[in-house]
Amino acid sequence: MLKDITIGQFFPGDSLVHRLDPRFKIVITIIFIMMLFTGSNVICLIVGGVYTLLAITLSGVPFKMYWKSVKPLLPFLLITAVLNLFLVDSGDTLLKWKFIKITEGGIDISVFMMIRIVLLIMGSSVLTYTTSPITLTDAVERLLSPLKKLKFPVHELAMMMSIALRFIPTLIEETDKIMSAQKARGAEIDTGSFMTRARNMAAIMIPLFVSAFRRADELATAMECRCYNGGEGRTRLRQLRSSGMDYIALGVTIVFYIAAIVVAKITV
Amino acid sequence: MDNIIEINDLHFSYRDENGNPGAEVLKGVSLTVRRGEFLAVLGHNGSGKSTLAKHLNAILTPTSGKVIVDGIDTSDESKLFDLRQRAGMVFQNPDNQIVSSIVEEDVAFALENLGVPYEEMRRRVDESLKAVNMYDYRLHSPSQLSGGQKQRIAIAGIIAMQPDCIILDEPTAMLDPQGRREVMATIHRMNREKGITIVLITHYMDEAAQCDRVVVMDKGSVVLDDTPAKVFSQVEKVKAIGLDVPQAAELAWELRKAGYDMPEDILTEQECAQAIMKLFA
Ligand SMILES: Nc1ncnc2c1ncn2[C@@H]1O[C@H](COP(=O)(O)OP(=O)(O)OP(=O)(O)O)[C@@H](O)[C@H]1O
Ligand SMILES: [Mg+2]
Repeated sequence: MLKDITIGQFFPGDSLVHRLDPRFKIVITIIFIMMLFTGSNVICLIVGGVYTLLAITLSGVPFKMYWKSVKPLLPFLLITAVLNLFLVDSGDTLLKWKFIKITEGGIDISVFMMIRIVLLIMGSSVLTYTTSPITLTDAVERLLSPLKKLKFPVHELAMMMSIALRFIPTLIEETDKIMSAQKARGAEIDTGSFMTRARNMAAIMIPLFVSAFRRADELATAMECRCYNGGEGRTRLRQLRSSGMDYIALGVTIVFYIAAIVVAKITV
Repeated sequence: MDNIIEINDLHFSYRDENGNPGAEVLKGVSLTVRRGEFLAVLGHNGSGKSTLAKHLNAILTPTSGKVIVDGIDTSDESKLFDLRQRAGMVFQNPDNQIVSSIVEEDVAFALENLGVPYEEMRRRVDESLKAVNMYDYRLHSPSQLSGGQKQRIAIAGIIAMQPDCIILDEPTAMLDPQGRREVMATIHRMNREKGITIVLITHYMDEAAQCDRVVVMDKGSVVLDDTPAKVFSQVEKVKAIGLDVPQAAELAWELRKAGYDMPEDILTEQECAQAIMKLFA
């Protein structure tokens, strides 16, 4: 049952967005986020919204999935939006009725911010839905590689991340096994009061940790046996190649970003 | 130089946290392995087999004595990576030696570490995957594979380094019979077709019976070292160490004891059956 958990929620596919170079995708996502926060007016948001829809359509992942990524946060976003709408008092007053007062600043912070965050989540989901976590790790390592000169442990962090990704399914499987074993011995894990359940969790965590340490030890030896010696002088089987399409995608994104900046300047 | 491994009076004791040596785990092991040989190492739990194996690619270095592998002294740190490339090691638990979440990238791991250029790496990875019959799985995640398949991936990761020698520490201990057969067939093929020297540590007597030579360890020393037929004909001695002999060898020994005329070099059920038929003929 635990096996069903998906991490990073990657949807394999062969769409245009899937095929983009992950390094470009990360850069594009960063520009996209800046674009969302350039100006606070309707047209700016429309630019961002159109861009998000475009990316979602090209990703080939059903819109339903993007909706799913936003849905759990929606109540929270709505409550903050409503509170902001009535409580923020700045700029021109748009509407005043008894003690209710809605100002321009209030609209800006509540409605616009909510739309922005929804777009932000959906837009960045395009990145995680179309790029496998391991590819993403790899791309981050390469984008950050200039930091190696500053002695920032880029390779080590990426290696840790990819080993973590590799062992998540293994450890989940193991947790399942330990849970069944402890249940067979009468440990109450799904039933009983909160306190008994919490106490019984220890019966799962302790064997899990012991085994994780043993695994780490054996893995370290196995890596040494295969000549692992840190990041220096390593070559890679996975080649990240950028194509014309990557530059086009980046160009289009920059055009949208500039459009957003221009709109923000004109309408201020 | 025909010996790929030369171990001379090897003593070893693990050190505790304070750096004090504990009891001796290897007590003067001397052993040579010929190039291309298929050697099995037997011995019950704690007899020092894994400790010995770890000396063959300098995961451990001798407290005293010498270990020379392919002309390289394992105490020579300047040749560490050269050594580890020539003598690859496969461990018991397939899960704990696979590094990457994509099969082909795991096979490439050693080559990436050695800085092999892309084109050559691609070629060697594909070749190794084909050699262990796992090429079709190259883009899978290891967690989707069976134990036997994972162990073959681990072997492919070693073969990709093009080693002269592979040391396998109970590679089949965690596998089901099907997985065991696959892995053993793969190891034998590597030995036959690529001429890779194999040192196989095992608890399975039938696996040992298929080797060129069997070394039996007991309490940190080598006590028997001969062909499987000769080793397993010394049933009493093997049993005294706490090991079993293959069933066919044991039956032949019992029959011999009971006064029947059975040859001493019986290992397989077939040989045993033939010998018994001869008795009735
Ligand atoms: N890292 C270690 N530190 C201290 N002592 C160790 C260590 N590893 C093994 N030993 C001890 O060394 C002895 C030999 O262990 P070794 O693992 O070589 O035996 P083995 O023949 O491989 O046994 P098995 O069949 O169980 O794998 C044992 O008594 C063990 O307790
Ligand atoms: Mg062992």
